[in-house]
Amino acid sequence: MVPISYYLILSGILFACGVTGFLIKRNIISIFMSIELMLNGVNLSFVAFAAQWHALSGQVFVFFVMVVAAAEAAVGLAIIISVYRTRETLNVDQVDLLKL
Amino acid sequence: MLHLILFLVFGAVCVAGAVNLLAQRHPINGALSLVAVMGSLAVEYLLLGAEFVAAVQVIVYAGAIMVLFVFVIMLLNAGVEERTTGSRVALLFGVPGMLVGSVLIGWVLLGHGAETVPVGALPGAPKVIAWLLFHDFLLPFEVTSILVLIAIMGAVVLASHPDTEQGKKES
Repeated sequence: MVPISYYLILSGILFACGVTGFLIKRNIISIFMSIELMLNGVNLSFVAFAAQWHALSGQVFVFFVMVVAAAEAAVGLAIIISVYRTRETLNVDQVDLLKL
Repeated sequence: MLHLILFLVFGAVCVAGAVNLLAQRHPINGALSLVAVMGSLAVEYLLLGAEFVAAVQVIVYAGAIMVLFVFVIMLLNAGVEERTTGSRVALLFGVPGMLVGSVLIGWVLLGHGAETVPVGALPGAPKVIAWLLFHDFLLPFEVTSILVLIAIMGAVVLASHPDTEQGKKES
């Protein structure tokens, strides 16, 4: 059996990569994908703890996180499309005003 | 031992995909490496006994959400800077990776056939998860359905082109 700490280390690496991508990327779609990477890292730690404590509620929570991620992706990508339509750019440095 | 080998191999794929997401400049390459991360995470979930979560990970995350991402990237024609180094990387790492993967699958299927687990025998089987979802977590489950409905309506409203609506009214 693989120790749970290995899974947590992998989850931490994925989350750290997501945070780094969120900070260094300038393309708005890449930033969005970094957020998805962070959500995946958290999901892995949820499932690892569920296996550790033999509590299946953790896996149900992963299901909920996936539903929220799907809703977030749909709305976020729609916002990206509408921003691109008005600004003609995907660079976040040029999208610094809240109004469209 | 087999658990540890599978964990290490697919964990390495996970980390490589995540680092590649940071290194790539073109969003479509980042999206494809994110698909690799999600696929190998599904294997990690299977190792932890979460059958249902692994299936949903492949169907919803690697399937639906990433297809949405690729659609938007292609729709907006994102990342005009074209670079051709991606194919060389794929040749360098893809062919040995495919060989290792096929040898691993063959080794598991041929040499360790008696150790495989039938569907539904792991602790996170769909039947157990469904009992939890429709019994203990019924109210949150219904609330998420409303959330998805609101998200669909919001996406339609946000992405609809204002000019086309005027054109419909005028014509």
